[in-house]
Amino acid sequence: MATLSPDARAASPQVVGVRLGFMTMLGRAYPRLVAANREPDWIFYEVALPLLQICAFAFVYKAIGAPKQYIGLVILGGGMMAFWANVLWSMAGQLHWERQSGNLELYLMAPSSLLWILAGMAFGGMLATAIRTVVILALGSLLFGVSYALTLSAVPLVILAFLFSLIGLYGLGSMLASLYLLYNREVWAIQEVIQEPVAFLTGSYVPVRALGPFVAGFAALIPLTLGLDAVRQLVFPGLFRIFIPAGWEVGILAVLAVLFCVGAAWALTYIERLAKVQGRLSLKWQ
Amino acid sequence: MSSPPSQDNIPAIQAINVKRVYQARGGRSIGGTKAGKTVTALDGVSLSVARGEIFGLLGRNGAGKTTLIKIFTTLLAPSGGQALIDGMDVTREVVKVRQRIAMVSGGEQSGYGILTVREQLWMFAQFYGVPSKVAHARIDELLAAVGMSEQANQKVYALSTGMRQRMNLCRALVSDPEVLFLDEPTVGLDVEASRAVRDYVRLWMSQDLRRTVLLTTHYMFEADELCNHVAVINHGQLVAEGTTADLKRGLQEHARFQLEMAEWAPAFTDMLRGRDGVVEALTEQHADRTQLRLALLREEFIMPTVASLNDAGARILTLRRIEPTLEEAFVRLVGDEAEAEAEGGH
Repeated sequence: MATLSPDARAASPQVVGVRLGFMTMLGRAYPRLVAANREPDWIFYEVALPLLQICAFAFVYKAIGAPKQYIGLVILGGGMMAFWANVLWSMAGQLHWERQSGNLELYLMAPSSLLWILAGMAFGGMLATAIRTVVILALGSLLFGVSYALTLSAVPLVILAFLFSLIGLYGLGSMLASLYLLYNREVWAIQEVIQEPVAFLTGSYVPVRALGPFVAGFAALIPLTLGLDAVRQLVFPGLFRIFIPAGWEVGILAVLAVLFCVGAAWALTYIERLAKVQGRLSLKWQ
Repeated sequence: MSSPPSQDNIPAIQAINVKRVYQARGGRSIGGTKAGKTVTALDGVSLSVARGEIFGLLGRNGAGKTTLIKIFTTLLAPSGGQALIDGMDVTREVVKVRQRIAMVSGGEQSGYGILTVREQLWMFAQFYGVPSKVAHARIDELLAAVGMSEQANQKVYALSTGMRQRMNLCRALVSDPEVLFLDEPTVGLDVEASRAVRDYVRLWMSQDLRRTVLLTTHYMFEADELCNHVAVINHGQLVAEGTTADLKRGLQEHARFQLEMAEWAPAFTDMLRGRDGVVEALTEQHADRTQLRLALLREEFIMPTVASLNDAGARILTLRRIEPTLEEAFVRLVGDEAEAEAEGGH
């Protein structure tokens, strides 16, 4: 057997703090970015299935002779739903599955914070899903001949609405990840139960205003709801009755993004402490 | 690793009266323990592992070995006492401790099957802040050292169990830890894979005298082969500690020897039984030789005994000392305690 050369045995610099955090984040994002394109069935699942759902609603609109922009609302909703599916299955349930595979122990043992690991999952998930979303939007728009009326002046607000919804949504996913780990053993069941209701509540296939003010107000706690509504308002101005003006929605989204990220950090700190005291994360029977 | 240099006189691993009690949670039970009751996993364990040692922690299932490792690796907080790595408290200087340690468990399925071996190792190197250039150089050489260069670009899910465990070892070593915890690292591996893991652990230790390994294993020959010192833990308490030779000798009441003789006469037996220091002399006849088993009061009685046999005309072909195995020592230590417990009606 060979022995390690001086190069390979060179001492690692004392990388700590934010730099270590970013290295951790990129390291954990890597499997999401690279691996997502190595499994053709994943691509099918994440692109073809949302497109099928879009098609179902699009043909209803076509059948009743609604303007093509209505189909555009559904396409936007379907595109954004890809992020919800990613958050639900690859963020909220992820720590539970990392625990099952033994990764969680190794993450906890590393000098970097678990928060950076979650940030890496989120970052990788966002980028990989964004590519899928672009494909869904492009294919859906081409299939149904939908054009968008986005003005240049609305672009910054669209970008902000999109970014804040994603940060809020992945913050929510990170928070759920800790809570699932703490309270839940049947992750699959919970995921199945909440996937469709959230898709319905956030107004993925109809503008959220149609659900009525109380349901829409409750649904607004999910960042996707306001993000989707704001983007729809800006891309199809005047097409439907708005819930809250887009500018306000972006402001609320910013607050939600901060709240969910802080909540995620708190939940992770809490669960790490609990894990050490009660042994919940490292013992099979706990 | 560029952490501040460790002082050689500070133990690499130290437990001072470490206790760990689990509370069964509402509605659930721990093993057979009802909810609300407590289970004492560690009951005042104290041990010290010097730098440069491979230290074996032996015990039955549920004895407390893994709990102790989880405390040292900052995954669990002790309920009492203190656990230290390089003199640093595992509950107070968590990040510094984590920079120095790594762990490999038996049957580990960590990482992501869809990544290649190289990608997997790189990913874990990032969590320890190892720059990519250094990480790739280490990965190349670690894989070569464990005989996995050809698998570097193979997907992890396609690896055999043995290959996967070799990769896990590389995963732990890619951050160049000072203290390595091996929790039953060869469980479920075939002979060749187990040997590869043990060989590499030995090689890794020989490269830097400051490195330390704490090994738990159920395979006594593995502990015997690898470890300088061992400790036996039972029901959360250390019941023995020392070198493997100490443990074996500690259980041997008499010095035992086996001699192969070319010729044998009944008079030899009578002569032996009358000698000072000879406790027992048993013979077994074979076609071309006689086997003589001697139990002596002390080891130093062997030379005069051999001399008297020679003087009597016996022709000795071979002579060897019979040592109990570590497994025998372990069974005696743990088994005796278990028997006493059973007799006590607990």
